Amino acid sequence: MSAPFSLNLDSLATGSSARVTGLRGLPEALAERLLELGFEEGAEVEALHRAPLGGDPLAVRVDGAVVALRRTVARGISISAPLSSRP
Amino acid sequence: MNVAPPPEAKMPVLVGKPDRAPGSRLPLIAVVGHPNAGKTSLFNAMSGARQKVGNYPGVTVERKSAEIGLPGGSRAELVDLPGCYGLVPRSPDEAVTRDTLLGRQAGEGRPDAVLIVADATNLGSHLRFALDVLRLGLPAVMALNRMDMAARDGLTLDSGLLAERLGIPVIETVAVRRRGLPELMAALETAVGLPASPTSDFTPSDTRQLGRDARAIAAAVTLAEGEARRTTRRLDAVLLHPVIGPVVLATLLFLMFQAVFSWAEAPMGWIEAGIAWAQGLLTSALPEGLLRSLLVDGILAGVGSVVVFLPQILILFAFILVLEASGYMVRAAFLMDRMMAAVGLNGAAFIPLLSSFACAIPGIMATRTIAEERDRLTTILIAPLMTCSARLPVYAVIIAAFIPAQPLWGPVGLQGFVLFALYLAGIIGAMLAALALRRTVTRGPAPNFLMEMPAYQLPSLRDVALGLWLRAAAFLKRAGGIIMAVTVVLWALASFPAPPPGADRPAIEYSIAGRIGSAIEPLVAPIGFNHEIAMSLLPAMAAREVAVAALGTIYALDGADEDSTGLVERLRGSWPLPTALAFLAWFVFAPQCLSTLAVVKRETGGWKWPLFMFGYLFALAYVAAGVTYWTATALL
Repeated sequence: MSAPFSLNLDSLATGSSARVTGLRGLPEALAERLLELGFEEGAEVEALHRAPLGGDPLAVRVDGAVVALRRTVARGISISAPLSSRP
Repeated sequence: MNVAPPPEAKMPVLVGKPDRAPGSRLPLIAVVGHPNAGKTSLFNAMSGARQKVGNYPGVTVERKSAEIGLPGGSRAELVDLPGCYGLVPRSPDEAVTRDTLLGRQAGEGRPDAVLIVADATNLGSHLRFALDVLRLGLPAVMALNRMDMAARDGLTLDSGLLAERLGIPVIETVAVRRRGLPELMAALETAVGLPASPTSDFTPSDTRQLGRDARAIAAAVTLAEGEARRTTRRLDAVLLHPVIGPVVLATLLFLMFQAVFSWAEAPMGWIEAGIAWAQGLLTSALPEGLLRSLLVDGILAGVGSVVVFLPQILILFAFILVLEASGYMVRAAFLMDRMMAAVGLNGAAFIPLLSSFACAIPGIMATRTIAEERDRLTTILIAPLMTCSARLPVYAVIIAAFIPAQPLWGPVGLQGFVLFALYLAGIIGAMLAALALRRTVTRGPAPNFLMEMPAYQLPSLRDVALGLWLRAAAFLKRAGGIIMAVTVVLWALASFPAPPPGADRPAIEYSIAGRIGSAIEPLVAPIGFNHEIAMSLLPAMAAREVAVAALGTIYALDGADEDSTGLVERLRGSWPLPTALAFLAWFVFAPQCLSTLAVVKRETGGWKWPLFMFGYLFALAYVAAGVTYWTATALL
């Protein structure tokens, strides 16, 4: 279940960072917008905040920007193993 | 003697500037950038209060422009294009930006120069858009904005190297503090004079490739990386906290509504005193007759009772402007998204809906940033349920007349609490309506939520003042135009025909207004509305606040004594409490604003949706007023 290829942004613990490895299963227009917002292969992402009542949506830092997105979209953003965990 | 200029001298001009908008001969400078680049602040700083707000023909996208003087003495027209992330449009707003840059936008010439606004604290992402724009071949200048925040984060950028890599002038700016403006103006003046070599066959570029190029440039010009957005991260840790965040949001909203009611008290008193002074002056200066009645009871009473609410409207707008400019509004959308999702909307609808608290019209226009058509339509249909400031005059008068001014809990008064409850009723009504609409007429795929969260910044006083000025001017224009016309027509309806000699009932009963009121009365009598309310409902179609003006006129004319007692006293004396409460409930839902219906028609491209909206809101209002009246009658 926790094989590296199944890691996605939704599974990234708050406070942890990882690298984007790709976008999968998202509609073309949505994927384009995510690329424009900075979710490119290799970009560093950091899970920052979760909204109240179920943790949806979540706020993610991608390069210098902070982007809010829903969990369904976050699941379409594949990531590497976490780079570091904050104490 | 008339020698034609050599053709080669004329050609570049024809190629570069193909279709200038008629009537505009000034060079056109387009301001472009991401939605959060600080574009509007920069535009405000450059143009001040001289800006013109209009619309692009055929589409409902706002066009903001201003004529500016450049340092060398020439003049130019600056146009603030809608913010976007790329040149492949995903909303009508973004299409306007793309089409203007390509010279395809109807009613707009091709820009002579482009001012690209980029956020220094997020250069990689903003440079991608800049690279895309530069491919169009228009002379360009980049404003590297938010340099103060970059410095605060410890981020050092080499703007000289950036200019070299991009091949355009790069000016460091801090828009909200007006830093870098003279240099920017000078660079733009030079750019406007440069020959353009625009591409006419634009093909969307590969986003990934552009991104790689942008990041390479960003990495090269970044001399020192700081800890990104330290202050913003600390603030977000509190303001987006799953427990503290919603508490702060609720407190802010409650404070906003308390402030609207209490801070406005003093200035409202001054305006009331001013109107009364003018009425007294006219009463003593003019002989008794029709003219005096028209001026004192018609125009002054009518317009005065609307202008008096300007302080409340300004306080509400000030809150919204500060929340928007500080970057908090997107956080509020983030916190609200889950709740919005539950009724089939998304957090992006929160901002249009919050704007609708000031007025549904800018709120409905703000829905243009919602890409999905069904989400947008649902948001438009429920926007009028947000309590707009035009309803405040109605609420204010009824609350002042019927709700005792006693403390409820600490600094919270009973009057403020009732006002809060009315706003809440509108919100709950809107949520239920959205839920019902998404399951019936606007059924479709679940909406999404994707938004960039800008860094917090202290709003510039100047930006807020400018925003307030533009809104106050718009409100007064409305009060001076449509509302005054309606007031005068109503005065005439209420004055003619005059009562027969020796009439024993109030004069108004004999007038046309009295007869119309009598005709509507049987329809609204079951929900507790009296004759005077029935008469105020029709004129309130022009704008909701006209109901107050109408009641003012009706009661000022009704009976022999001059209006020594205010409208509040008159209502208190003549309405039973259940009627007053039913009237409040009616106004929570009533579709009483012709301008809103007109905007909905324009935004949805036909009469279908405005008529649907009118129908469903009318039914809701009737039922709500009825239930309130019957319940209150049974309990009291």
